[in-house]
Amino acid sequence: MGAGTAITTTPLDAAAIVRTLDATGIGAVATFVGLVRDNNLGRKVLHLEYEAYEPLALRGLELIIAEVSEKWPAVRLAIHHRIGRMEIGEASVAIAAASSHRADAFAAARYAIERIKQIVPIWKHEYFEGGDVWIEGATADPDNVEARDKAMKAACT
Amino acid sequence: MHVTVRLFARLRDIAGAGELQREVPGGATVSTVWSALMAEFPEMSPYEKSISCAVNADYSRFTATVADGDEIAFLPPVSGG
Repeated sequence: MGAGTAITTTPLDAAAIVRTLDATGIGAVATFVGLVRDNNLGRKVLHLEYEAYEPLALRGLELIIAEVSEKWPAVRLAIHHRIGRMEIGEASVAIAAASSHRADAFAAARYAIERIKQIVPIWKHEYFEGGDVWIEGATADPDNVEARDKAMKAACT
Repeated sequence: MHVTVRLFARLRDIAGAGELQREVPGGATVSTVWSALMAEFPEMSPYEKSISCAVNADYSRFTATVADGDEIAFLPPVSGG
């Protein structure tokens, strides 16, 4: 069925993303859905606009799936990230990780969201009460071993 | 040589465009292109330590040599998720 990765302007549906994964031998699916929060650093957030360098963002998501396959060979993973304008409470990212048992599914989903925040060229433009600002997080370098270890540590502890 | 420069987020705002066409000397690296850009848009200088780059939509390094027709993207720190 559908591709494991997507950058899309349409609303995300976690259940639909789960259905794209082959369920053969699967006993657990962990989904992570990131939402637009109504506050950030003490600011009242009104809405967000996400921008991506789409071809590289897709490549980054594929890279994360490859990293997950290396660490957890039996895990099947799908990652969809939405871009464009999103209102409070809307889903900006949805991850589904399927495995034979729960531990690997949870770990892989956690690892994936940490890596998205580290390496995928997507940016959020925050519109808050009184202004707007581009949010700047991590320098995108997939080869940074320290960052990768940090993501793995978050996933496995 | 002719290259396409792609800019995103705050860098795009500073330049006033997400895509620029620029001439660069033969043997230029991504670093050469970035230095010229900072000279043109001094407001980009604070990003010197935190940006990363891509060549033809693949992660790259500032030491990479660029070729005629390449698309060079400069990525401010990312904030997806």
